[in-house]
Parts: sequence; structure tokens; C-alpha cells
Amino acid sequence: MSSLAAVLAQAAPGLTAGPAAAAPTPTITVPDIEWTALLPILVLGLGAVLLLTLTSLARGTVTRSGYAIYTVLVATGAMATAAPLWGRVHAWDHLGKWELSPPYGPFSAVAGAIGVDGFSVFITLLIGVAVILGALLADDYLRREGIDGPEYYVLLLLSATGGVIMAMANDLIVLFLGLETLSIAVYVLAAIHLKRVQSQEAGLKYFVLGGFSSAFFLYGVAMVYGATGSTNLVQIKDLLAVKVPTHNALLLIGLGLMLVGLGFKVAAVPFHSWSPDVYDGAPSPVAAFMASGVKAAGFAGLTRAFLLGFGQFASDWQPVLYFLAAASMLVGAIVGITQTNVKRALAYSSINHAGFMLMALQAASPKGVTGLLFYLATYTFMTVGSFGIATLAGRTGDGHHDLADYRGFSRTNPALAGLFVLFLLGQSGFPLTSGFVAKFGSIAAAVDAGSWHLAVIGMVSAAISAFIYLRIIVAMYMAESDTEAAEKAPKAARIKVPFGAGLALVACALATIGFGILPNGLNRVAGEAEPVLVKEPVPAAASGADGAGLTGLDLTTIPTTPTTR
Amino acid sequence: MLRLTWLIPALPLLGFVLLALFGKRLGNPFAGWVGTFFATGSFVAAVLVFAGLYQAGGERNFEQHLFTWLPAGDFSVDIGFLVDPLSATMILFVTGIAALIHLYSIGYMHHDENFPKFFAYLNLFVFSMLMLVLGNNLLLTFLGWEGVGACSYFLISFWFQKEANASAGKKAFITNRVGDWGFMVAIFVVFLKFGSLNYSVILPAAGGLARTTATFIAVMLFVGACGKSAQIPLYIWLPDAMAGPTPVSALIHAATMVTAGVYLMVRCNAFIAASAEWVSWLIAAVGCLTAFVAAMVGTSQYDIKKVLAYSTVSQLGYMFLAVGSGAYVAAIFHMITHAFFKACLFLGSGSVIHGMGDEQDMRFMGRLQRFLPITSATFIVAWLAIAGVPPFSGFWSKDEILEFAYLKSPILGFLGLVTALITAYYMTRQVTMVFWAPARWGEHAVREEVALAPAAVVAAGEGEEADAEAAAAAEVPAGEVVTLVNGLPVEGHEAVVDPHFHPHESGPEMTIPLIVLAVLAVFGGFLNLPFTHGTEFLASWLEPAVRLGYPGGLEPEGPSPLLKVLFAAMSTLVAAAGIAYARSVFKDGDRAKAARFEPALLQDAWRYDRAVTAFMGGPGRRIFDGLAWFDRTVVDGAVNGTGVLIRSVGRGARRIQSGYVRSYALGVAVGAVVVVVLMAVRVLSF
Repeated sequence: MSSLAAVLAQAAPGLTAGPAAAAPTPTITVPDIEWTALLPILVLGLGAVLLLTLTSLARGTVTRSGYAIYTVLVATGAMATAAPLWGRVHAWDHLGKWELSPPYGPFSAVAGAIGVDGFSVFITLLIGVAVILGALLADDYLRREGIDGPEYYVLLLLSATGGVIMAMANDLIVLFLGLETLSIAVYVLAAIHLKRVQSQEAGLKYFVLGGFSSAFFLYGVAMVYGATGSTNLVQIKDLLAVKVPTHNALLLIGLGLMLVGLGFKVAAVPFHSWSPDVYDGAPSPVAAFMASGVKAAGFAGLTRAFLLGFGQFASDWQPVLYFLAAASMLVGAIVGITQTNVKRALAYSSINHAGFMLMALQAASPKGVTGLLFYLATYTFMTVGSFGIATLAGRTGDGHHDLADYRGFSRTNPALAGLFVLFLLGQSGFPLTSGFVAKFGSIAAAVDAGSWHLAVIGMVSAAISAFIYLRIIVAMYMAESDTEAAEKAPKAARIKVPFGAGLALVACALATIGFGILPNGLNRVAGEAEPVLVKEPVPAAASGADGAGLTGLDLTTIPTTPTTR
Repeated sequence: MLRLTWLIPALPLLGFVLLALFGKRLGNPFAGWVGTFFATGSFVAAVLVFAGLYQAGGERNFEQHLFTWLPAGDFSVDIGFLVDPLSATMILFVTGIAALIHLYSIGYMHHDENFPKFFAYLNLFVFSMLMLVLGNNLLLTFLGWEGVGACSYFLISFWFQKEANASAGKKAFITNRVGDWGFMVAIFVVFLKFGSLNYSVILPAAGGLARTTATFIAVMLFVGACGKSAQIPLYIWLPDAMAGPTPVSALIHAATMVTAGVYLMVRCNAFIAASAEWVSWLIAAVGCLTAFVAAMVGTSQYDIKKVLAYSTVSQLGYMFLAVGSGAYVAAIFHMITHAFFKACLFLGSGSVIHGMGDEQDMRFMGRLQRFLPITSATFIVAWLAIAGVPPFSGFWSKDEILEFAYLKSPILGFLGLVTALITAYYMTRQVTMVFWAPARWGEHAVREEVALAPAAVVAAGEGEEADAEAAAAAEVPAGEVVTLVNGLPVEGHEAVVDPHFHPHESGPEMTIPLIVLAVLAVFGGFLNLPFTHGTEFLASWLEPAVRLGYPGGLEPEGPSPLLKVLFAAMSTLVAAAGIAYARSVFKDGDRAKAARFEPALLQDAWRYDRAVTAFMGGPGRRIFDGLAWFDRTVVDGAVNGTGVLIRSVGRGARRIQSGYVRSYALGVAVGAVVVVVLMAVRVLSF
């Protein structure tokens, strides 16, 4: 099957002017579709659509917490379908009792539009975790706020679908598709609290600015296409390997514009201005998902597009990422310490964390990717935990997020306060929490890449940002709930922790401590989750050998011999 | 069975976590049993590991690598354990005594409202101590070192409501920091020189160090050891540490934690061997002097626990004397026997205090043998052990140290012998005052009562039979008024006993540990009998661990049989003399006579503590005030200035956050321009 040549010919007729591409008659080639690779996306997407249709057919018959349980199940299913992919990528013979057959190694599918490698599977699993935690937090929240219904969960699953598409994208158009699927669902999620004006405002702001930034991204993609004649990362990389464009202004400006679009999604300075308003206005569980799942998807897009597709232009985009990282870390920390609203403070802290992850990414090295993935994984738990506490502490109306509202929190809710301290210390990078190891990995990657100054800026910003967290802890533990504040605060002394949210918080706490004391397992997995660009496999019949027929354009070597585990 | 090593510290850690989380729900006394269970489990695991190591034969060196916490370039923080004869010996007696003291505490602390918290701390302490001993690198040892320090601080100030206890805790913590500084510097230098902190790397390589470097490391380690093991000049915290509950004094401030310094010196003996000659002299001299000075103070203290505290300082001095004399086996031997008899003495004193209703002043005790039979029997056994009476354990271990000290220098040997005499004297004084001298209990309570209504005692003296018996036993001249000067009964007046007061023996959970420890205090000496090489079990067992410390790797010539016999005879004589003399002075309970043997200088512990306090309160205070001023204005000024600057920058930046979508869009657009320009700069530079 000469699908590769055909696709090449279709996509960039001017480029493949070799004798091989001369012959084929103009027929529409339908690419082979490797369904197993698409399963995580399909499970999430169909799960969302199914939920929507079923609930509209059978309204009112859903049991309490039914939507949340359904969402958790769907996300678990998506993660379960991703697991064999991980095994295949790493050339395991079997997964549990289940035999895995060749071909082994990372591969791309659907005419090279989708790339399955350790990295995309890792991000898929991470987004799955974020969905589960988001569903658990939202279950009681939505009932409490009187906005219970399937909509939240449908949108959550849809946005996760978009995230997974981004994580697997091997084509800039597919990346854009994923970005928009993700974003549009999240715009609505931000506005889903119909009774809260801030929520509406947040949704609108996010939508307008998100549309603005998406336009930048798309324009960037167009310019890149103009410069290279393709939107497929594999082909672009192929092309750039043999041809050095003499006039690369078009390409570089295109890259810059793409960076604007993706930088907006991860809330990097200077594209961050939406995030404090949106995090504050959006329902707290949504903010938790935005800070974890959406951020992971954004970084997945950045990694695939820049590190994989334009890895050889690293020296060009590294200074820009350097600038974004430094600005994010400093602005996040400095402006964060002046905030008097806990959710806004967490938003700035999230900007600061994005800076740390950008620092790991700008190292443009395998170690940097490992650091980024470790950071994303641990940060997911810490930030969901933090916003989870805010979800509960916000009380009915989701409005009690002032520092003053947290006064004496340790006495009224000692367990919640203790957990919050753990999450905040973790975010500040306290030793023996996962945050410490994460920051350490990110700084180490930067140092290895020779970005000393950036590493120093990171450490300084970590010191400054510690104040953000300490302020909250002090408010909870030390500030006397003096008479004035105590009288103002409602007397809903004890917060009853619902089961779902409690489960999510405990899981987050265990992860935060566990990965802090025993970071090695996760570190190894993150190290194995390397992003690789691989051409669509030549069918086994043509190559004559299983797996060995892969012609990889990878950053690192692909394991060709099966490893047992 | 060596694979079980990780369990040894893991069990107390689990116990701590459980008690910290659910302690209140478990309640009193169940929380205590949980704590005891985990400590005992740790002991069982230690026994299994010990057996495994024993069977292993050969070099007997087993490392268990659990995980690498942080790999950072050439440096990695490993969590791993080293089981060798030295650490195996340490874990056995640490966990064993810890288990006994947990059991004891169930009885001792049963009135306390913070009962579960106490056991949580105890378990945490055991965990830290085991990390200290088992760690396969200096950093892990240091973590354990700091952990035991923190637990010690928590437990000294366990009854923090009392000002004195809180400040005693602080004193211990601060004094220890001085020593920790030395330890930390040593760690830095070791890492600088070897690029590793693992014992298996640094100890064999220590011999290749430049002499000055090795000397520096050894001295810094010794500074650390001085802090933790209460040697001159850093010993002042230990007597004050007795403010903590008595089981804590027994476990932490007698048997285990304070011996950590000795352990460190023995573990790092390769550095001492590689350093200049004067280092071993320094260690021996400091140890010998500490032993003597502290023993002298012990002769004049009234508080039953203070006597034991100074005795502990003195005995630790012996151990350092042994280390300085190159007798590492003797140091560990004495550490073990001392752990047995001193824990027994402390627990016994706790039982006395418990039975006497929280009375700690020995002048208001006496005749207790009759009321506390088990306590007194075990206490007396431990007394014979510490006084150096053959064949009790203390005799053997102390003798070995004295012989080696004599070989180092006859002066050290002689001073050690004098200290042995004083030891026998002050311990006999204590036993006599507490158990045998005429009873004087309850004087604190009675003296106001008597002063108000002399008849009260007469009336009460004719009370029920029990009272009459108690009064008769104490031979009270009923109704005689006691004249008190400065709170003490003066010459010519007999003591008065409160007839309502009955000392009582403690329950089985307190007496069983006492009995076990007393048995160990009797037979502990058989670990290392000096008759032939065949009976020196401990010496041959520890040989692989201490070999590096011997100059040239060869075991130095030990004491000759003649010297051994000579020293055995002399120390027996000295012990007998001390016992006899103290008995003659204190047996009739004549305070006036006794007071002549308790000079104010020694009661005040050579005024050393007071001098330190005076210095710290006077000129030292002014220096520190100056430093504090500098810190406040210059350092804090800079820090706060930066803080204010950052905050004002933050406030300024916050104003940009206007809330208008249009201004945000402008921000994004400006950012996009910046990014594109940054990219374009790259193009132009082509």
C-alpha cells in the first residue's frame, strides 16, 4: 500500500518531486485506521455523547451521584484502553495475563495524524486522572449549588477528549482540532454556575480571549504550512532534515504565533491575564480541572509541536520559552503574594508553576521532558487537592474564598485544614512532598541545559511564592478569629465532607506525600514516557519483519527487542 | 532474615503514624499497648536480623538499599541500611530496652492526659534512633541524629505547662545545635573529599586522607558527639533534661540517645586512626575529665534523678575515655552494660517517685526497702553493677576501660580509678538515703501543718493500725516540732513523718521491666569476660567493625594478664572503700553530719552552669543584643526591604489586572508582539 506516498503527494505535491511519487492515478486514498490507538479518544468522546443522549431520553431516572459514577467509569475505561498502548510502546510481551503481540514500539496511525508514544499515553492517563478527580469533586458541589445535571460531566468528558487528541496529535491541524474541542467545552464549564454572575463573566472572558488566542495559533499554523508545505509534524521534520530553508522568517514567526496560542492555554505570562479572573469566577471543581487537565493538554501540545516537530529549531524557540518561563515564575509569585482571595492566589500560583514547567521544557532535553511530566503529574494532585478544599470551604454559593473566610479554619475543620497545609506545602516545594522533587527535577533540567540564570530565577520565585502559601496557612492556623471577622463569618462552623470529595482529597494527599518520599517509580515512568515522532508504519507484509520495519525519526532509540516485565 | 532489616525502623514509624492519627481514639491505656506492640515487634525483627547476620559469617557486612530519594549529579541521597556487627549490637539493645520502657510507661504515665501523645513521641524516637544506627551513610545518620534530638526536645518539655520544663527543653535543643554544627561541617568535608557519604566508601578510604584533613574531620565529629553525649563543655543540658517524664530519662537520656555520640565515634573510628595523635588524647582527656567532674557533682545532689543524670554524664565520660584510648570494644561494652543498669536505676527511681507521690528529693525519703520490695531489690542490683562490684556487669566493662586507659597513660588510668571510687560513693549515698536511712517522707507536706498545729501529728499518730505501723517503722518521736532553716531540718531535731502517707509499690507493668533489666545488669558482663580470647565474645563479634580504627589495621597489644588481675583487685578494693565510707556517713540519716560532705560548690555543680548563665545573661547577652540589632536592622532590613519592594511591585502589577476583557486582549496582543519580535530577532541575526 502506498498510502504514505499518496498522502505525501496530496499534502505537498511540490515537495515530493521524486520518481516514486510520479505514477499514482488521482484516487482518494482512505488511510488505514488503527482503532486501538484511537480507543481512548473514542471512549471519552462516545462516553460524553452517550451520556447526553441517554439522559435526554431518560430524564429524572438517574440515581444520586449517577452522573459522577458514570464519568469516573468512562475515564477509567479510557485509561484502561490506554494501558495496552503503553505496553506496546515499551515492547512488553504481556500486560497481566493478556498477551501483547508485535508490532512493538511507538507508532503513528491514521495516515500519520495520530502519534502513540510513551508521552501521549502518559498525558492520556493524567487527563483521565484529572477527569476522575474533577467528577468526584463536582458531584456534591453541583447538588449543593442546585445545578446538578449531566451537562457538567458531558462537557468534562468532551474537553478531556480534546486534551487526549492534543496529546496524540502528530499534525498541527489535529492539534488545533483537539485544542478547540478542549477549549469550547471548558468555556462552557467556566460559565456553568448559572446562579453566579462571576461564573458567567468568567465564561465570557475566557471565551473571548480564548478565541483571540486560537486565532493566533491558527494563523501560526498557516504560516508554518506556507513555509514547509505541510502541517504534518513527521513530514515537516523529514523535510527540515534534508532542506534548510534559507528564508525561515515565515516559519519562525509562525512558530511564535503558535506559541502565543498554546502559551495562553497554559496561562504563561504575558498571556495569563485571564486566569485569575477565570479561576476565581469559575466553579471551584472546574478551576481544579483547568489547572490540571487543561494545563496538561496545553503542555502536551507545546511538547509535540515544538520539541518534536521543530526540535532542530530549538535554539530559536528556546529563548522565547526562556522569557516566558522567567516571566511566568516571577509574575506568578510576585503578584500572587498580594492576593487576598484564595482562589486568585491559587491562580497566580498556577502561573508560577506553569513557569517551572516551561523551564523544564525549554531545556529541550529528555531530562527536561521527564521533569515536565513529573511536574505535571504531581501538580495535578496538589492543585486538585487545593481547589478541592476551596470547593468545600466556598460553602453554598461558592463565594467564601477570602483569606478572612479561612480564619480559624484549623479549629473548625482541623482535618481539612491539615490537608490544605499539605497541598500548600507541596506547592511551595517543601521537602518530602512531591512538589519538592518536581521543582528539583525542573531546576536540574534547566541547569543541565546550561540555563543557570533561569534556574536561579526559579529558585528565587519559589522562595517568593512560598509566601502565597504561608499566608493561607497563617490565616488558617494563627490569625485569631477576632470578634469582628468572626461575627462577619457565617457560623457554618463544621463543613461536612461528602464522600466523593473526601475520596479525591485523600487520593491527592496520598499522592503528594507518596511521590515526595518515593519519587523513583513515577520518575522512572516519566522517564520512559518519551515523546517520539514515528512515520506511519509500513505494513508488515511490505517490510517483511514485525516491528523491525519501523523507520523512526525519533529523538531517542526505539526499543526493538521485547522486554519482559 | 537480613531482608527484614527495613522492618526494624518501619514498625515504630508505623506505630507513630497510627498513634499520631488515631491516638486519641485508642485512648488510655490502649494507645500505650499499641506503642509497646510496635516497639516489641521492632525488637523481634532486630533479633531475627541479628540471627541472620550471625549465620552469615564472613565479613558480616550487609547493606540493604531501599531507594534513592534524590539523584543530583554525583550526589545522591540514598535510603539504605547497613547491618554489621556494630549496628546489629546497637539495634538489639536499643529496641530491647525501648520495648521494656514502653511497657513501663503504660504504668508510669497512666494518669497523664496526653497519654497517647507520649507514646507517639516514644515510637518516633525509636524510629529516629534506629535510622541513626542503621543508616548506611552519614546523612541518614544525621537525619536520625536530628530526629532523636527533636524527640528529646518534645519529651523533655512534655509537661510544657511548667516553665522550667519548657526552658529545659530549649536548653537541650540549643546546646545540641552547637554539637550538630560540628557534625554538619564534618559531613560537608567528607563529601568534599570523597564525593560520597556512604560508610562502605568513606571508611575504607579514610586511611588515605591527608593527616590534617582527617584530623579536622575527626575533631568536628567529636564536637558533634560531645553535644549529643553531654561531654565537657556541652554537658549542661543533660541534668536539666531530667525535667521530662522518668521513662524518657531512662530511654533517651541514659540508655540510648546520649550514647549516639559514642556510636558515631566508634563508627567513624577510621578517621580517628587517620588523624593526628593529639585527637585521641583530646578525646581521652575530655572523657576522663567529664567522668571525674560529673561524678564529683553526683556526690552532692539531692534530687534522685539529678544524681543519676550526673552519673550518666560521668559514665559517658568513661566511654569517651575508652574511645580515646583506642578501646572501641570496651566503649561499646560499657555502653551496653550501662544501658542495662542505668535504665534499671532510672526506672527504679521513677518507681520510687511514683510510689512517693511525685517526691524527688532524697532527703525526704528513706526506709523505702520495706514498702517497695521489688523496686528496691532491682535498684540495689543495679547499684552494685554501677559501683563496680564483681561479678556484676559494670565491673567487667569499667575494668576493661581502665586497663586500656592505663596503657594510654597511667595518669588517665589513675584518674579513672579515682572516679570509680567516687562512683561507688555517690551511688551508695543514694541507695542509703532512699532505701535504708530513717524515713523522712512527707516533710514537705508536714512542715506547714506542724508549724500551725503541733498536736495534729500526735493525734494522727494514734490513728489506725496502718498509720501506727508506718510511724513505728520510721521511729518518729511523735509531735516534735521540726525547726526548719531554708526549708531544711536543722541539727538536733529528728525528722517527722507524715503518718497519712504510704509509699506503695508499682504495678506489674512497671516492675516486670525492672526485673528484666536487673537480671541483665547482673549478667551483662558475661558478654565479654576477660579470661581468655574465647570468652571475649563481644570483642570477636565486633572485630570487623572496629578493625579500621586500629593503627595499621592491627589490634593493639591489650592489657597483660598481670595488669588485668591488678586492676580487678584495685577496682574491687576501691568499690568496697567507696561503699563502706558512704554507708558510714549516710546510714543514720543525720543531715547535719551529711551536709559536711555536700559542699555548696558541688551542689551547684561547680557553678559551671551558673557561670554559663551569668555570661549569657551579662556580656554574652550584650554581644547577642548587638548581633540581634544587626540582624534586625541590617539583615531584616534588607529582607523586609526586599519583601516590601516585591509587594509594592506586586501591587503595581495587580493594577494591570483591571478586569476588562479589552485590556486583557491588549495584553495578549502585546505579548504576541514580544514573542514574534523575539523570534524575528533570530531571523535577522542570520
